[in-house]
Amino acid sequence: MRIIPFSISAIVSIGLIIIFNTNLILPAPLGKLLSPQHGIWQNAEKTNEDFTANLSFPQLAGKVNVYFDERLVPHVFAEQENDAYFVQGYLHARFRLWQMELQTLSAAGRASEVVGDVALNHDREFRRLGMVYAAENSLKEVEKDPIIKAECDAYTAGVNTYIENLTESQLPIEYKLIGYKPEKWSNLKTALFLKYMSWDLAAHEDDFEMTNAKSFFSREDFEKLYPAVQDSVDPIIPKGTVYPKAKIDIKVAPSVDSLYFNQEPIPIKEQKPDKDNGSNNWAVSGKKTQSGYPILANDPHLGLNLPSLWYEIQISTPGFNAYGVSFPGSPGVIIGFNDSCAFGFTNAGRDVRDYYEIKFKDESRKEYWFENEWKKTDFRFEKIKIKGKPDFMDTVAYTVFGPVMFDKNFDGNKTTNHKNYAVRWKAHDPSNELKIFNMLNHAKNYADYSAAVVNLHTPGQNCVFASKSGDIALRTQGEFPAKWKGQGDFVMPGTDSSYMWQAMIAMDETPFQYNPERNFVSSANQLPADVTYPYYLGSGYTPYRGIIVNRRLNAMNNITVEDMKQLQTDNFNMFAEMALPVFLKNMKVEELNADEKKYFNILQTWNFRNDVDSKGASVFFLMWKHFEDTVWNDEFEKAPKVIKKPFESTLLEAVLKDSSFKFLDDINTNQKETLADEATAAFRKAVIELKDAEAKGKLEWGKYKDTKVQHLAKLEPFSRLHLPIGGGTHCINAAKTNHGPSWRMIVSLTPQTEAYGVYPGGQSGNPGSKYYDNFIDTWSAGKYYLIWVMNKAEEKDKRVIGKMIFSKN
Amino acid sequence: MKFIISLLLIALLSFVACLYLPWWSIAIVAFIVAVLIPQSAGLSFLAGFLSLFLLWGSLSFWISNTNLHILAHKVSLLILKIDNPFLLMLATAIIGGIVAGFASLTASFLRKKKIASPVY
Repeated sequence: MRIIPFSISAIVSIGLIIIFNTNLILPAPLGKLLSPQHGIWQNAEKTNEDFTANLSFPQLAGKVNVYFDERLVPHVFAEQENDAYFVQGYLHARFRLWQMELQTLSAAGRASEVVGDVALNHDREFRRLGMVYAAENSLKEVEKDPIIKAECDAYTAGVNTYIENLTESQLPIEYKLIGYKPEKWSNLKTALFLKYMSWDLAAHEDDFEMTNAKSFFSREDFEKLYPAVQDSVDPIIPKGTVYPKAKIDIKVAPSVDSLYFNQEPIPIKEQKPDKDNGSNNWAVSGKKTQSGYPILANDPHLGLNLPSLWYEIQISTPGFNAYGVSFPGSPGVIIGFNDSCAFGFTNAGRDVRDYYEIKFKDESRKEYWFENEWKKTDFRFEKIKIKGKPDFMDTVAYTVFGPVMFDKNFDGNKTTNHKNYAVRWKAHDPSNELKIFNMLNHAKNYADYSAAVVNLHTPGQNCVFASKSGDIALRTQGEFPAKWKGQGDFVMPGTDSSYMWQAMIAMDETPFQYNPERNFVSSANQLPADVTYPYYLGSGYTPYRGIIVNRRLNAMNNITVEDMKQLQTDNFNMFAEMALPVFLKNMKVEELNADEKKYFNILQTWNFRNDVDSKGASVFFLMWKHFEDTVWNDEFEKAPKVIKKPFESTLLEAVLKDSSFKFLDDINTNQKETLADEATAAFRKAVIELKDAEAKGKLEWGKYKDTKVQHLAKLEPFSRLHLPIGGGTHCINAAKTNHGPSWRMIVSLTPQTEAYGVYPGGQSGNPGSKYYDNFIDTWSAGKYYLIWVMNKAEEKDKRVIGKMIFSKN
Repeated sequence: MKFIISLLLIALLSFVACLYLPWWSIAIVAFIVAVLIPQSAGLSFLAGFLSLFLLWGSLSFWISNTNLHILAHKVSLLILKIDNPFLLMLATAIIGGIVAGFASLTASFLRKKKIASPVY
């Protein structure tokens, strides 16, 4: 044996294996990743893959046949209902495991385990908000309900069956690239996923921002800047509806004027869900349609990601036959229809998250002052595991209000005033949201729908309904606290119960409409009811999409599915129609130079449509952006950093009403600026950006806006960028840069259901599958897929590309 | 002849080993085959290298081809920062080849005497 060359060569060999098996030297374990039998090549799915399989699992009670159609939508036919949920769990895991786990890890404040300490602040904030506490409370409710418990158990078993049978080579590619493995699913994870949706849809508030604004501006200015109700509002439940007197007599805290409406600034910044999470839905009665049967439409606006939030599915059991989109992570069909009716949602957007300032006895935080005595704190110990680092321990104090989210240990990563703020969030309360989807999937009529939706507590939603029997309805559903005017708009004192939520608004007091005279119902995140509604509704509702939806629906008759498709993908900018005249009237055209005049001409001839090739839409967008900055920046530059600029509607309504609106004047100059000065100055600033955009060939709205659907880990090659789609904020087609219609659905409730749908993604979560993003171009183009509600007898239909059979043995 | 047999044997056994064992089992296979079929250091390395270069190169090509290279386009962009599926296959083949090559080379030094290169 030749010792020296042998040793050298052996060391080199072992060294190479270590280099290619770890990321000690290379950024990724390239040997492991590129091994054709283990690594990423195994995720390169055959383009003619048919997914056919014969599977047997002892957990099943009967047989389940799954037929995949050419869009890879599974049509699940189960002999036993719970078997259908088992199979749904299995399919979600088969096609979407990585996203399901990532979303629930993130919800639980465990993202650091996967991505390292970059997520530590996110994890601490989510734990301190009490996400896991909330999920545990809702799981307790699920466990009291044998039907939902069995549904969840079956779903969890299905997910785990898939995970248990998963080999290393079959792992989703993201696990291979990041280097970790999936853990077992549980009912708690399903609850966590739903709490993640609650966070996304019902955690938005501006309490710290508004507290700061209130402390900075005079009371008179504050009311001008942050009015509670917009003038132009066309509420979900039309004006003129008569509401009975409130059942709950809410007592305003006696100290409001001294303690509440005057406070010092608070420098805390939180992680916020997108404020534009919203949606459109409507249903028109048969009196307005060509067929004589109702049509229902819904498009929820959410973050646009790959893999998509939605997974399309048909579930057919002896008890129901439902089709629609489901959440990977949760059983049932969430938005869809069955053989009798259709259902959909938009976000109610009510403020159900408030803060209370807590006074602890001492540093130990063991006791806090409440109702004239020291009360004992409960502690929850949060152990956060961090990839490649030691664990991080966080101790969260719980009070009668809820967890103390911000204190001297955690301030949302901003400077702090060392005070303690407990969060009261409606999503902490026990509730059983899965029940509403279970009941809606089974619903046969309006009574069933009504019985189903009252189970929805958080996130509050505007639930639209239409049935083949001819009914249409819409309820602004949720369990909402009955608040006195202004309650919870700012951070509240927490030393006694006078500022606490006193009661929840009774379910029969929620605004609703059932077969109204106007023959349609609609919602687009606007104010749910006008000022005659006997409870405080808060502010921050966007009025514009609602106005255009109602204007169009009012004018339409003999409606066809085609009309509904056009309406749902309409790029008309309602806000621009109301705002542009202000600029056209007040612009000092004579002072504009040739360049500026060119863009002004584009604006003058613009048709208010945010179409993909519209230049006017870009000009208007930038002009308005600079107009807001020009008007507000002088007043806000000295304001506390954590603050909120007034809504677009506030500024627009102010200048429509009063061309000498106080804030138009630039307080940094000696002369008094007018609306004409500010509009012209804003336009000039916009032109600088417009010229730059034009030089880059990005003046057309679609290119300027640059819509994309991003991979959840933000890996660019797995994302779809630069999509040619119009629309945007204030358009019914609310496609913004990375946010917009996440599922478009239209259901005509004719005896033989005619339904259409599309979402910006694909059924497979695997970037190596041709089904990963194959719906995106259809979605961008404003086109739809005809939905196939399969009948079991159609097994031999040519649309079936593969068949999975699940049986007990 | 020995060379061809080693090359084929390493490829075949590596394929089988990777059905059950981690990817680096290719090094063990290449080592054992080189012990059993002694060749000069240079030929041992070449047999190991070429064997896995061809196996991993052709496997990755075959898999990717049935996928119309959908994934290889994306992953090459992700890992190599260049949109080129064939470069990703080349990288795959080289990594397999170099690991197996060194394992074979190591085995060739186990023997006491130098084996003269065959004369053709």
